[in-house]
Amino acid sequence: MIPIRFEHVSKSYPRYSQILTGLKDTLLHLPKTLRSFKRDRFMALNDVSFEVMQGQSLGLIGLNGSGKSTTLALIANVLKPQVGKVEVHGRVSPLLELGAGFHPEMTGRENILLNGVLLGLTRREIRARMNDIIAFSELERFLDQPIRTYSSGMVARLGFSVAAHIDPEILLIDEVLAVGDLGFQAKCLGRLLEFKKRKVTIVLVSHSLDTVGRFCDRAIWLNEGRIAGDGEPASVIRRYREAVG
Amino acid sequence: MRLAIRHDWEYLRDLLLILTAKEMRLRYKNSWLGYAWSIAHPLAFALLYFVAFQSIMLVNIPHYPLFLIAGLFPWQWLSNSVGAAPGIFLGNATLLKKVRFSRNALVASTVLNDGVHFIVSIPVILAFMLGDGFAPSWSWLIGIPLLAVAHALMAYGLALAIASLNLFFRDLERLTSLLLTFLFFLTPIVYSESMMPTSYRPLLYLNPVAPLILSWRRLFLSGSLDWSNLALAYFYAVVAAAVGSLIYLKLSWKFAEVV
Repeated sequence: MIPIRFEHVSKSYPRYSQILTGLKDTLLHLPKTLRSFKRDRFMALNDVSFEVMQGQSLGLIGLNGSGKSTTLALIANVLKPQVGKVEVHGRVSPLLELGAGFHPEMTGRENILLNGVLLGLTRREIRARMNDIIAFSELERFLDQPIRTYSSGMVARLGFSVAAHIDPEILLIDEVLAVGDLGFQAKCLGRLLEFKKRKVTIVLVSHSLDTVGRFCDRAIWLNEGRIAGDGEPASVIRRYREAVG
Repeated sequence: MRLAIRHDWEYLRDLLLILTAKEMRLRYKNSWLGYAWSIAHPLAFALLYFVAFQSIMLVNIPHYPLFLIAGLFPWQWLSNSVGAAPGIFLGNATLLKKVRFSRNALVASTVLNDGVHFIVSIPVILAFMLGDGFAPSWSWLIGIPLLAVAHALMAYGLALAIASLNLFFRDLERLTSLLLTFLFFLTPIVYSESMMPTSYRPLLYLNPVAPLILSWRRLFLSGSLDWSNLALAYFYAVVAAAVGSLIYLKLSWKFAEVV
């Protein structure tokens, strides 16, 4: 079974600026609001089709607003496409950005539990992995302190450690690798390579073309919601560099 | 077929448990001081209403302090949950954008946390009762769980609707606090239903939270349950939970776009 499949997917956002001004304005200018809803849409993805095979590491590159994060959100199942079909088979694990799903007032240990359930594990499953998570994070000494006392690098380590231990079948990574010190970064990369060996499907969004080039075995270049390039990372990146200048 | 979010009982229970534990941990950070503070809040209001209505406006209700807190404490549960609702999804923006989990668990855990807090504040009501020569009743053992379930459903439904809608209409937050103030004074909490003009009394049954609050007060003060009031309370609670869930299900696909 193909883990990720996009079939002619389009996703547009209404420009919510008017409606976010509030209930009062929305109701007062109802006809205008409804009209602007239909017309004034921003195309985040425009007729995008691709398949990601099991064990493939796909890098998504492109300028800001080109649709990379929308693609990830569609895979994570937090968004629905307007047109087309998104099919995902397997346990999806998003690597959360710095500190999302953590609470500063709670200890490291409590936060592991919190993050774990939010990512779809039961308490039993988290407890079974607790020691591995703690060992991987190298934060044993700080584990019973509230994480507001942690440095941002330490929070990132804890986050990566949880995500790295939930046995994902599909791993989504959005610009979170550039955290922690060099030693931990190497460790994260090592863990990702391990996932790769175990045939975990990985989708990585990054502006670091270097990371994509070294780590991924395929790259898709998105430009204004369309696929502008798809294939060997080295050649896609070269064309992207030339186009952007 | 797309992989759905986990729905099995063990997972949902754990999600709810951990989120509620988190809320409680934050509230009772300094255990006893946290408890004292959250009791002090409704007590301060009780004192204020006592001064305003009995000492100044000479309202004549026997055991007025006890009467006040027997209605105010349950009201606080509802009001805390609904008042916090606008910020529940808004405050978890990054999470909503990245992870697909049962987001309504965030609302449910807020309601449960306020509910637990209400339950542990019942001894304060009891202390006031003993002070006035009342005794607790065995009927509490059935009455409290029965009313608590209806109360939780009502609070959950209202909070879920407001939390979801507030992502789309950000000024709902202001309306919510206004709505709560209206509801507070339209519900017989600082006054008794017998003080209302007879022609107004039927209107009471249009107030979705009145049967609930009246049932609580009656349970505490006389140890009895009015079954028709209880049935009405359940009716409104189930309607609120259903409407809240419907709004949530309709809108939850758009959360990640607007938050």
